[in-house]
Amino acid sequence: MATVILESAPFAEAIVKVSKEIFDDNKNCLKELAVIGMHTRGVFLAKRIIAQLHKLGGKELQIPFGSLDITLYRDDIDDLGSDMPTIKETEIPFDINKKNIILVDDVLYTGRTIRAALDVLTSFGRPSFIKLAVLVDRGCRELPIEANYIGLKYPSKKKIKVCCKELDNIDQIVVI
Amino acid sequence: MSLNHKDLLGLQFLDKKELQIILDSVQPFKTLFTRSVKKAPTLLGKTVVTLFYEPSTRTRTSFEIAAKRLSADIVNITVQASSVVKGESLIDTGKTLEAMNADYIIIRHSMAGAPDILARNLDASVINAGDGFHEHPTQGLLDLYTMYEKKKSFEGLKVLLVGDILHSRVAKSNIWALNKMGAKVAVAGPPTLIPPRIEELGVKVFYNLDEAIKEADVINILRIQLERQKENLFPSVHEYVELYQLTKDRLAKAKKEVLIMHPGPMNRGIEISSAVADSPNAVINEQVTNGIAVRMAVLYLLKPKVKKNVSSN
Repeated sequence: MATVILESAPFAEAIVKVSKEIFDDNKNCLKELAVIGMHTRGVFLAKRIIAQLHKLGGKELQIPFGSLDITLYRDDIDDLGSDMPTIKETEIPFDINKKNIILVDDVLYTGRTIRAALDVLTSFGRPSFIKLAVLVDRGCRELPIEANYIGLKYPSKKKIKVCCKELDNIDQIVVI
Repeated sequence: MSLNHKDLLGLQFLDKKELQIILDSVQPFKTLFTRSVKKAPTLLGKTVVTLFYEPSTRTRTSFEIAAKRLSADIVNITVQASSVVKGESLIDTGKTLEAMNADYIIIRHSMAGAPDILARNLDASVINAGDGFHEHPTQGLLDLYTMYEKKKSFEGLKVLLVGDILHSRVAKSNIWALNKMGAKVAVAGPPTLIPPRIEELGVKVFYNLDEAIKEADVINILRIQLERQKENLFPSVHEYVELYQLTKDRLAKAKKEVLIMHPGPMNRGIEISSAVADSPNAVINEQVTNGIAVRMAVLYLLKPKVKKNVSSN
């Protein structure tokens, strides 16, 4: 049975909260800021965070956006059997060298996805820093990786699924 | 997304859905080329062996770059310098390579079916890099991908293959795959170089190139294998040039946006004139670039049989 743990309204508030934290934390280096979303739902969340940052920063602020797919960098490719995941586009249309990157994903769990994402990013260049924003932190880490900005802390052994309007027609977080 | 194959032996053995899966997987590999680090760790720790019983620079190099960009270790075996000259059998060579933990074996052989023999006897993934007059599936795939990239759809696409169809494994792979994807394939060449009963594969046959050229959306020109000239299959190279070389004059009769392709290596001035090879319609160099991405996709999608699960836990 799927239980909804975050409805549409607090979902939106969580994104506003995370965006505000990112804005305040990086006030002195907004010009170098760039947001990169991780496929699939991280991409939608990243776009919403950028929209919020633009609201907070006014007209002059233009934050570059990129998307990132980690498939080729996964550490469990041998365990997937013959059903290989579809590789999605990694599009980072700006030079990431010396940029301040905010990496966005929907759920933080083992940390392995983020480990792979960091490898993808370093293959593009050397950013000044990379910080991590997630909508939900589910705990149960297997690697020493933590998020800088968290929408909701919800330690859970059960799978957590984030639904986004853009893809799932509804904004909510459910435990499955 | 599942290809569910251990080996890639020929495009005859893939259905439309599987061909589409491969074509759809190529683009992300191509974007990898634009990064400052053109490498992904996908096949880290895997070993790829190229076993070439026939000379090749293009295909072997392309596979080598593809494997290296996926971080595999690659070993090249050229048969002239191997135990094969001491009389080792194909299966024994394969078993030896497998005992050295080869996960992928890429083979080119003058005998049709040689890759199939290896594939049936080994757990490693076997990729056919050209066997006799049979197939050259990765070349076929890169030809298809280049057409797909430029023309967006195969439905009703008119593809003309010109030249030595009889000895061309590239032509066979093209025909098998293009037919399944809904393209209309025609061949043009001297009657002695067109295999008998090829119409049964659903191919239209032309002996007159000027006639054939008018309809085509894509012209894939095959290499005239000069080493075959001693078999006397056409009277002279000069006559071939007169009748079948793709020249500027002939190109003028084709559709304006026709794609000119050639699997290489080109004999400029024989099957294709220099002016055509360097014309804006030619996508011959793009084929080479696409070849690497296509081979990366193939290496990614094929699954060697897992022998034992070596786990750190």
